[in-house]
Amino acid sequence: MAVAQDTVERSVRNGVPLEYATADGELKIAGFWLFLSTDLLLFACLFSTYAILRTNTVGGPTGAQLFDIPGFTTETFALLTSSFTCGLATHEMRRGNRAALIAWLAVTVLLGLVFIGFELDEFISYATHGAAMQRSAFLSAFFTLVGTHGAHVSLGILWMLTVVYQLAVRGITAVTARKVFIVGLYWHFLDIVWVFIFTVVYLTGVLK
Amino acid sequence: MTVSHQQANRRSHSAGDHGFPWSHIAGYILSVVLTASALWLAVAHAGRPVWRLSAILSLASAQIFVQLFLFMHITESHGPRYHVLALVLAAVFTLTVVMGSIWIMSFNGTQAY
Amino acid sequence: MPVSPANLTGHFFVTGDPLIYGADASILLASAAVVFVLTYYKKWRWLWREWLTTVDHKKIGVMYLMAALLMLFRGGVDAILMRTQLMLPNMKFLAAEHYNQIFTTHGTIMILFMAMPLIFAMFNIAVPLQIGARDVAFPYLNAISFWLFFFGAMLLNLSFVIGGSPDAGWTSYPPLAGLGFDRGPGENFYLLALQVSGIGSMATGINFIVTILKMRAPGMTLTKMPLFTWSVLASSILIIYAFPALTAALALLLIDRVAGAHFFTMTQGGNAMMYVNLFWIWGHPEVYIVVLPAFGIFSEVFSTFSGKRIFGYTSMWLSLMTISVLSYFVWVHHFFTMGAGPDVNSFFAVASMAVAIPTGVKVFNWLFTMYRGRIRFTVPMLWALAFIPNFAIGGATGVMLAAAPADYQYHNSYFLIAHFHQVLIGGVVYGMLAGMYYWWPKMFGFKLNERLGRWGFWLFNIGFYVCFMPLYPLGLMGMTRRMYVYPAGLHWALLNLISTIGAYVMGIAFILIVIDVLYSIVRGERDVTGDPWNGRTLEWSLPSPAPHYNFARIPAVASRDAWWAMKEQRADDLNSGRQPEPLQPIHMPKNSGRPFILGVFFFVGGFGAVFGWYLLAALGFVGVLFALLSRALEYDTDYYISVEEIERTETALGRS
Ligand code: HEM
Ligand SMILES: [Cu+2]
Repeated sequence: MAVAQDTVERSVRNGVPLEYATADGELKIAGFWLFLSTDLLLFACLFSTYAILRTNTVGGPTGAQLFDIPGFTTETFALLTSSFTCGLATHEMRRGNRAALIAWLAVTVLLGLVFIGFELDEFISYATHGAAMQRSAFLSAFFTLVGTHGAHVSLGILWMLTVVYQLAVRGITAVTARKVFIVGLYWHFLDIVWVFIFTVVYLTGVLK
Repeated sequence: MTVSHQQANRRSHSAGDHGFPWSHIAGYILSVVLTASALWLAVAHAGRPVWRLSAILSLASAQIFVQLFLFMHITESHGPRYHVLALVLAAVFTLTVVMGSIWIMSFNGTQAY
Repeated sequence: MPVSPANLTGHFFVTGDPLIYGADASILLASAAVVFVLTYYKKWRWLWREWLTTVDHKKIGVMYLMAALLMLFRGGVDAILMRTQLMLPNMKFLAAEHYNQIFTTHGTIMILFMAMPLIFAMFNIAVPLQIGARDVAFPYLNAISFWLFFFGAMLLNLSFVIGGSPDAGWTSYPPLAGLGFDRGPGENFYLLALQVSGIGSMATGINFIVTILKMRAPGMTLTKMPLFTWSVLASSILIIYAFPALTAALALLLIDRVAGAHFFTMTQGGNAMMYVNLFWIWGHPEVYIVVLPAFGIFSEVFSTFSGKRIFGYTSMWLSLMTISVLSYFVWVHHFFTMGAGPDVNSFFAVASMAVAIPTGVKVFNWLFTMYRGRIRFTVPMLWALAFIPNFAIGGATGVMLAAAPADYQYHNSYFLIAHFHQVLIGGVVYGMLAGMYYWWPKMFGFKLNERLGRWGFWLFNIGFYVCFMPLYPLGLMGMTRRMYVYPAGLHWALLNLISTIGAYVMGIAFILIVIDVLYSIVRGERDVTGDPWNGRTLEWSLPSPAPHYNFARIPAVASRDAWWAMKEQRADDLNSGRQPEPLQPIHMPKNSGRPFILGVFFFVGGFGAVFGWYLLAALGFVGVLFALLSRALEYDTDYYISVEEIERTETALGRS
């Protein structure tokens, strides 16, 4: 690994962020951007389906009846804030500050858990009040779109925890730095998707 | 590959990265303001719904740029910024899928969404 | 006829049909034979170490090729069965439900488990070598892609003997494919098998885009890339943007089926037409995903065997890119008859016809490449030449189908069947066979026999026209697709009989090609130069087969057709007595068994989900997560090949 170590040191001296220092890190970051593009198209299909089916409530509850403004607003702010703290984590990583990096990631994970908690609570209360996904096409589309995003966030939480563990064991290296950066990209991407769920599902649903 | 050119790409960023996280704070404030305005537009009774719908969609689109530029370091890369191209194409296709589906499934105006 | 879920497990093994018992027996016999041979020759370790755990793109390419040929065989048997049933009016060879299952598995296997792995075989075999790279960008992910494809294919094929095959067509439209009409596990097999292999395909798309954009040899700018590499780039771009739509369509249908949701049902506000819409957002790009690499292969073959550089290089890559973007805007031409309205249909009709323009540009460039060339009629060249008239007819009938009002007449008739086989066989299969004959010596170090190859080619080509030309008039005479029997007295009998004869001729041709492979393994002409065709691109600069690190020194590229230029230059270099650069240690990824194990977990999870055995499904899912986690925590993933070892290998290969 002597060769690789060399490039790492040189690039850091030159002010190149550590995650880009190795050829491998650079390729993986490029690949992850492409993965995000595919994920974006997956959500595009779910959004289209929601748009087509959202008025098909067939006598069941409508969005305006279900959506709870304080609830989804809190959820939204939790996720927006977590995107910010995740950005701060990358920032601290580039300053070489491992403790702060881990701390910000931990805050991000906690906010993610808050978000998931609210979402689960919402889902359960709908399902127990006659608004399960089997009730109408609108609800099928709602649960699938929002739930797919929630599943992404849950996976992101697990992923971030493994990254925190690796940081604790190995410190900030070219490899762990790349992992932090990529999980960060993922997290910010999910924030963008949520902003659209917030707009297209919730705000449009309660629009007067 | 021209090494100096790549470094120039990044140095501007990493220089900012070592100080106080101004850009992140700006990004956070922007995202909060944009979200709050959208919420207000949706629940307020001002203006026609169509108009307000386009306004909140525009506000959401603005948030994409906040995340991409202030949090996701989209301008950084080794060599050409192919990933930006990929994202632009993804955005075009996303719009195609969403608008195309709505257009097709509206069956000549007999269905409205 | 809905079957209650209790019956599902009762019918675990498909029974009561001699075809199925035959399949059971042959599967058992074949597996026993494989186990026996591996044990007898003590090859288990070899299999595991050299193949199942490999991350080498060349070996993964070979595995894709073998699997695809096997699937071509299975799909071909399906085709023969269908054509036998349609040979004469009122045939009683296959019952209606068997016919349904067979056209469904034929279509699904041919597109997803034959055409896709066949193009991935070519991607893997040629791209890294053409661009002067030592592997793809993500070798480990490449292995995962292969095993997901493999176990997806296993899952679908298993349905034949366990549970029952899917029977709602390869397009699997609801409501027919919904719970109301199709309770059986067959449909679940379809949904899960495609989902598993689809993930692998998306990963392959990402992998090759990054490889091509980021790992070219120094000096090889984008506009100096070989055209096959360009076509892989175009195809991969389509993969990453189109496959998510398939994932979404299948997932929503699965949710309808297992969770009782109402996306595509006829009740509770579901809208089955949205499935059709989503399916074809993927489905149309898919046909370009498989045909663009064939275009790339034809470019290589025409230029090599005409002894000329390709005519109109710039317009060639521009048209590839144009096609890949345009083909995202034409999907409605598969369902004009749904009645989305004149404005929608007109837009998509015009966009579809526009695709003919860049395609026409390519055909003329190929013709001009051959013009005044010194043409060598090798087997790859024959396949490439035969493609041109095929595509002329396929293209013309395609434009006819794209005329929306006229399509109300052709839609879902045998005219359509003839059209898409003309482009899928004449374009994709011919292209991939050309590629197989062309790169075979590079893969294995010996050429395929030309004489047998020519016989195979001529029989196949003749069989093809005999089989499919009669289907155009049959379609116009009113014969619709997916029809398992027809009465006498419609004047359809003769044309159908001719078509069936053609299908048998193609079957014989396939056997000849297999014989060619077997014969050449024993008696084939060895390729000692590494450049058996007097090639133009970098893969021919390497020994055949290439060493596992591909290039001892990464070549510096100065122009298009880099190897051709180097061959012209070499005389000068020898005279000047220039020394090659010193060797450097080479960084390589380690083999790993995890991609295979990950595939097994996907298979187990998928199998559990098919039968609604959620414990098993959960077990598979947890296994997948566990495999991902253990990879995340693995750090010892690569190694260096020392300079001495490279020197030893190169000397053994006669290069130093
Ligand atoms: C090798 C010779 C082949 C023959 C003789 C053949 C024959 C047939 C026949 C008889 C049908 C059923 C028509 C019907 O009843 O509707 C069919 C359907 C189909 N074939 Fe082939 N085929 C061949 C190769 C291929 C290849 C290479 C591909 C794709 C790469 C392919 C893709 C399809 C598809 C997608 C369908 C539609 C299935 C459906 O209706 O769901 N075929 N073929
Ligand atoms: Cu099409």
